[in-house]
Amino acid sequence: MPTLHAFANPARFLKIAKPLTPLLFWAGVVLVAIGCWAGLTLTPPDYLQGETVRILYIHVPAAWLGMGGWSGIAISSIMALVWRHPLATIAARAIALPGAVFAALCLTTGSIWGRPTWGTWWEWDGRLTSMLLLFFVYLGYMALAKADADRGGDGRIPALYGVAGSVLLPIIRYSVVWWNTLHQGPSIGLTQSSIAGAILWPLPIMLLGFTLLFAGIVLMRMRTILALAKAEARMRRMARS
Amino acid sequence: MTAWPFVIAAYGVTLGGGGVVALLSYLAMRKAER
Repeated sequence: MPTLHAFANPARFLKIAKPLTPLLFWAGVVLVAIGCWAGLTLTPPDYLQGETVRILYIHVPAAWLGMGGWSGIAISSIMALVWRHPLATIAARAIALPGAVFAALCLTTGSIWGRPTWGTWWEWDGRLTSMLLLFFVYLGYMALAKADADRGGDGRIPALYGVAGSVLLPIIRYSVVWWNTLHQGPSIGLTQSSIAGAILWPLPIMLLGFTLLFAGIVLMRMRTILALAKAEARMRRMARS
Repeated sequence: MTAWPFVIAAYGVTLGGGGVVALLSYLAMRKAER
């Protein structure tokens, strides 16, 4: 782990994060703008779903980031528990809010997509319910991390919660396989897809764009936490002297 | 059922939600680093 520990120094991390934050953010904005334009104007409507298929280009990235965000929290939590990496706890805390927002956006866009496609806004099926659970788990993590930080904890309890919460990820992923659900089965894989290429092509642009945007937001939040911790340490030093 | 209002609502919610969390994160960072 020599490379990872090199970034454990907040000053070294900030030296890289400061120029990287606007770069990731604006690259994400440009790609999302291109993806929206392509998804709304250049692709044909689906033969069955018609124009509503265009919701795919925002629903899938929202689901990807809702689940990817928790993967980030789980990996950071393991790093915090095993290697005591000082930035890992900060990274997990920084991911929580954007992760929760994208999980909520996944649920909302799915609901909006469900009304014209299934005839209902909501159904208590495996995929929808497990994703809703992930959203509540995010809220629990944010409350726990804040309480731990407020009482000057070492971040171990939120880290354990972060690892335990990752049990939901395979449940969400395979919910459409394990249970008979209203949600469609897996249609997009790493090597093949059951969706026609003429409809699918803007999706990788949107996935990359939203991922870069998410990374930019996480860096902003990590910088905020570091700056606040630095200010608090300075205040404490002043109070002592 | 007309599809476009649903499509526009979904895009509006996502871009609005993503925009708000980005803006709040940026403002918090600016305030903390000042």
